Amino acid sequence: MIDLLGTIVVKAGSAVPTLSAALALARPHDTVVVEAGRYAEPPIEVTRPVVILGRGRPVFVGRGDHTVIRVTADSVTIAGIAVERVLPSNVAEPSAIRLDSVAHCRVADVEVRDSFFGIYGSAVESCLIENNRVVGPGRSEQESGNAIHLWSSRDVTVRGNVVERYRDGIYLEFVTGSRLEGNRSRDNRRFGLHFMFSDDCLYQENQFSRNGAGVAVMYSKQVRMVANRFEHNRGQAAYGLLLKDITDSRLEKNVFDANTIALYFEAANRVEAVENHFSSNGWAIRMLANSEANVVTGNAFVGNGFDVSTNSRSNASRFDGNFWDRYRGYDLDRDGFGDAPFRPVRLFSLVVEQNEPSLILLRSAFVDLLDAAERVLPILTPETLVDRRPLLAMPGRSR
Amino acid sequence: MRGATRRIIATHATNVGRSRWLLVYTGLLALAAVLLVWLGGSAARALVSLINVVLLLVPLMAVVFGTLYVYNAREFTELLLTQPVERDAAYFGLVGGLAVPLVVAFLVGVGVPLGFAAFSDLTILPGIVALLGVGTLLVLVFTAFAVALAVRVEDRAWGLGAALLVWLVCTVIYDGLILLLLATVRDRPLEIPVLVMTMLNPIDVARIQLLLTFDIAALLGYTGTVYERVFSGLLGRSLAVVVLLVCAMVPLLVGRFWFRRKDF
Repeated sequence: MIDLLGTIVVKAGSAVPTLSAALALARPHDTVVVEAGRYAEPPIEVTRPVVILGRGRPVFVGRGDHTVIRVTADSVTIAGIAVERVLPSNVAEPSAIRLDSVAHCRVADVEVRDSFFGIYGSAVESCLIENNRVVGPGRSEQESGNAIHLWSSRDVTVRGNVVERYRDGIYLEFVTGSRLEGNRSRDNRRFGLHFMFSDDCLYQENQFSRNGAGVAVMYSKQVRMVANRFEHNRGQAAYGLLLKDITDSRLEKNVFDANTIALYFEAANRVEAVENHFSSNGWAIRMLANSEANVVTGNAFVGNGFDVSTNSRSNASRFDGNFWDRYRGYDLDRDGFGDAPFRPVRLFSLVVEQNEPSLILLRSAFVDLLDAAERVLPILTPETLVDRRPLLAMPGRSR
Repeated sequence: MRGATRRIIATHATNVGRSRWLLVYTGLLALAAVLLVWLGGSAARALVSLINVVLLLVPLMAVVFGTLYVYNAREFTELLLTQPVERDAAYFGLVGGLAVPLVVAFLVGVGVPLGFAAFSDLTILPGIVALLGVGTLLVLVFTAFAVALAVRVEDRAWGLGAALLVWLVCTVIYDGLILLLLATVRDRPLEIPVLVMTMLNPIDVARIQLLLTFDIAALLGYTGTVYERVFSGLLGRSLAVVVLLVCAMVPLLVGRFWFRRKDF
């Protein structure tokens, strides 16, 4: 049953037929190997530091009304299993795997199918969640939980996961000092990534596509977002990336492609957007006037309906040294920057702002004439929202 | 009878086809398409740039070339009417003989370079079809306008002026009026009246169809969704084609009425 190395093997029909039975036998730091098969057990509680490994991807099936595996001990590893069947609930948040107030946990290569919440961490520390595949049944927003949900945690790494068809792909609240890398979040009902009150986090090389409302980043400080892709987030209120009450953060080398509104600033202060690529979006940047001291530099704007739009004539952010495909200037001194300044806010974007139905005149020759006239002699567009050193060549594409 | 119309179309078409200007026009279109595909980096972006060519240049050419040709062909038409040829045959022969080469010039000038581009990127095929389809319909519409006006107005300068005015109204002034209306009546929901208004202008109908094919992201905000529901989908597309055909039929029939009563 238990060999000398401390390995317990779970197999249907053997002396240890269930994971619960194995966990009752296990001493701290034993390894439990679960053979392939389907295991329908009562709620599984992991209360000792053990390593649980699936061989041939065993499937744990819940009854539907409870969390399937709940971990309350530090240093637990779960890998190579599949979990399914957790039904929506209005009173609790049942999940496939729940980590409760633990440290040094690792959840890897787990497949979660048809579950209300996927991997749920509450007050965890120094954990690693990697290469999991969490795909939801695609229920309505009310009946879906989040694929990866972290609350009040710190120093967590979420890496290489695929999260699809939940309410939020990845949800972080009160999470600090964490990293999200190489995740793919698609087709979620609400946000591909949603985080609030989560300071000092790094988001790198993730891909967010076709989510109901894109990615939302709210009430956080010192956030770094590098080389992510935001694409095809389209709809009435869809954003590639929505920044609300974000301060002292940095967006670098991200690609925004074909979103309704690619990057949205609301009360975002001291955010630096550097070397990002905006292409084929309805609105590339929408910056509300309550955003201050942001810096937008070295970005490329190509083929967007509107490059920059705002809701005020005043502007307290700096646009400098970007590439704008609408720029028609020249460079006589050959320093790589256009000699005439570029005003990225079109008159027509102000018109649409105040009068939405006029959107139907997009690309009309009359509107192009108006824009040209305003550009020569700006009267209505924000005077200070101007790029004095527009780039003449597109900066190297970041991918 | 029908044979007569066909023969007159053939005569006019050969005549138009020999025109140096038509050749220059075809060459310019082809040059624009090739340059845009080449320099724009991708064929998909070239298509977007070609929207303006289709919406502005192609109707302008149809209007200018059409009116001038009708005045130049006046002697031929008079000669024709001394023969036992019905006026309808002479009229439809004239319109057809103008429209066919203009459509061919457009399809060759824009279509051939894009067709080559489509070899490397099949995904742009629907865009090419939309561009060529809308462009062809616009050629028909503005050729009909040109012929009708040239038939009605005796003086060549006035006729050309009137035709240019129609073009200017459709491309620029009409949209200005819509914007003016929107700015004046600001507090009411104007989506539906604006929809109806745009449906009455062939250039607007064409522009919105091309927008929906190429530039859809901006149209997916709140208001855009309202428009998108009406204009896209099979029903919206068919409606656009019908509207454009009606826009061609009306000047065609009015022109026929004027042509029948005209004292040559």
